[in-house]
Amino acid sequence: MDKPVNNRAWFLVLPVLLLVAFSAVLPLMTVVNYSVQDTFGGNQFFWAGLDWFEEVLESDRIRAALGRQILFSAIILAIEIPLGIFVALNMPKRGIWASFCLVLMALPLLIPWNVVGTIWQVFGRVDIGLLGHTLKQLGINYNYVNDAVDAWITVIVMDVWHWTSLVALLCYAGLQSIPDAYYQAARIDQASRWKVFRYIELPKMQGVLLIAVLLRFMDSFMIYTEPFVVTGGGPGNATTFLSIDLVKMAVGQFDLGPAAAFSLIYFLVILLISFVFYTVMTKEAK
Amino acid sequence: MTRITLENLAHSYQPKPSHDDDWALKPMNLTWEDGGAYALLGASGCGKSTLLNIISGLLVPSSGRVLFNDRDVTGLPTAERNIAQVFQFPVVYDTMSVRENLAFPLKNRGMPADQIAARVDEVARMIGMTAMLDHRARRLTADSKQKISLGRGMVRQDVNAILFDEPLTVIDPHMKWELRTQLKDLHRRFGHTMIYVTHDQTEALTFADQVVVMHDGRVVQSGTPQALFDAPEHTFVGYFIGSPGMNLLDAHVDGTTAHIAGAQIGLAHGYAPLSGKVQLGIRPEFLRLGSGTQGLPFTIHRIEDVGHHRIIRGKVGDADINVILPEAQEIPADASRVVPDPGRAHIYVDDWRVDPSARERAA
Repeated sequence: MDKPVNNRAWFLVLPVLLLVAFSAVLPLMTVVNYSVQDTFGGNQFFWAGLDWFEEVLESDRIRAALGRQILFSAIILAIEIPLGIFVALNMPKRGIWASFCLVLMALPLLIPWNVVGTIWQVFGRVDIGLLGHTLKQLGINYNYVNDAVDAWITVIVMDVWHWTSLVALLCYAGLQSIPDAYYQAARIDQASRWKVFRYIELPKMQGVLLIAVLLRFMDSFMIYTEPFVVTGGGPGNATTFLSIDLVKMAVGQFDLGPAAAFSLIYFLVILLISFVFYTVMTKEAK
Repeated sequence: MTRITLENLAHSYQPKPSHDDDWALKPMNLTWEDGGAYALLGASGCGKSTLLNIISGLLVPSSGRVLFNDRDVTGLPTAERNIAQVFQFPVVYDTMSVRENLAFPLKNRGMPADQIAARVDEVARMIGMTAMLDHRARRLTADSKQKISLGRGMVRQDVNAILFDEPLTVIDPHMKWELRTQLKDLHRRFGHTMIYVTHDQTEALTFADQVVVMHDGRVVQSGTPQALFDAPEHTFVGYFIGSPGMNLLDAHVDGTTAHIAGAQIGLAHGYAPLSGKVQLGIRPEFLRLGSGTQGLPFTIHRIEDVGHHRIIRGKVGDADINVILPEAQEIPADASRVVPDPGRAHIYVDDWRVDPSARERAA
């Protein structure tokens, strides 16, 4: 099909291009600028080539943080996606309870991230926190401040509490769009509950699931505020994820060059993994 | 092979129906004989689909019973009734191939793989999709998808009945005719009880041996196409079946004479005194044009030539009247009257046909 070509249309796109340039492209270029130069202050820059990139890639500290980050995102996805689907399947389809559930599910999403962190920081404390104190009374040795496993569990449970709603709401929207006739036909065809899920609900949820997986992956891979508030990256470096490490490097140590190189690599990793998810999940549809 | 009986069946979508209009299905008794080809005919929203869903078990009726032979299945889920149903809009399992779609109901019943393969091939031939068996169902056009839905309905041979809920709505006209012939053929070969819901009278009359006409939640008449044409029990049947439908004239009936629009015509039978809204019904096929003082005064408004006959549209008094004139017949130049065939006229009181002899006995 021939599309009409109208070059004047470009003028209408211009404002958006300018806006994106100022808000995204220029700041990113500043980072690129820092990543290939060294500075000792006084606005004096020296060419550093790819030295910073080599340093970042060879750094054991960053490699460890990357490993923790991948493990964290993998666990988050493995819990939140199935749990979100399960919750969505069991939410009421219509009536007053459907609205009630929707509001209830949306609540965690409305809470600012640092508040979520604070809630769990207090909730898990052994001395005054409801959860921490109760566990202690039950004789369970739980302390997220000095036990790495407990710190991980706390951060993961917090993220599941915070974000499973998003997956559930997206899946719920997908499920609501399935016409009744599909369920009726499945009953006529004597399909089991599992087959209804496998052949009707899952295929119809595929689009929203792709969005859910991508959003949850990107968000969890960039997680900063909540673990920072709860554990501050500790005990030791146990919950120091990539962004926490990056902020330490850039703002704490003021190593702008390596931090810039780190940022760019971080960005490319997210882009790459998102691309892999997208390709794998849409392959089925073709 | 099953006879399906509906006993005092009624259904309402509201939890506490109070008014007559709250009932989607008004109480009815109806028997679908084993191996019959039935059409369930009626305007949209008259309760046809509700009735179908109750038979297949997708809906549980508010009151009354559903019997398969002598077994009460009212509370049984769809799966245990072993019924096939095809819906108005295509339902296919997107991620499966055409072959897997057709095999799905058989697989769910645990049929051996070789029997499934043979049966799927046979059904694919029937719906003309042999060449596409390995295609993904998702990519197909709407009418191909509907053919798959039909195929899935026909693939099980041991079903108690096959229900069709306006299955050919999305199919193009040429294919419609072909598929209907296929269904009829299938019925002849395997003798399943088939119930075919439609609002298209041609579809109903060509498919079925027995036509059940529904109106406003009621079954108003059940009979052969011929019976529905000759003696409609309800004015709705007269109006809905036939093209154009039956003419209805407000009348005052006195014994064997009907007084209509200031004129009088003789009837074939006598009637006892009638009260209520009395109407004379006569099909356009049984009216002829006349002149002078015969029959009823008639003014012609329009003449439509529809090929093998002509339809003359006009008025008797305030009532719209249609007359069908065979192709060869001339329209008299002084046609100012319309003459009914007394043997073909029926008298209706409050929309229901009155049996003359029964009333005579009563009188």
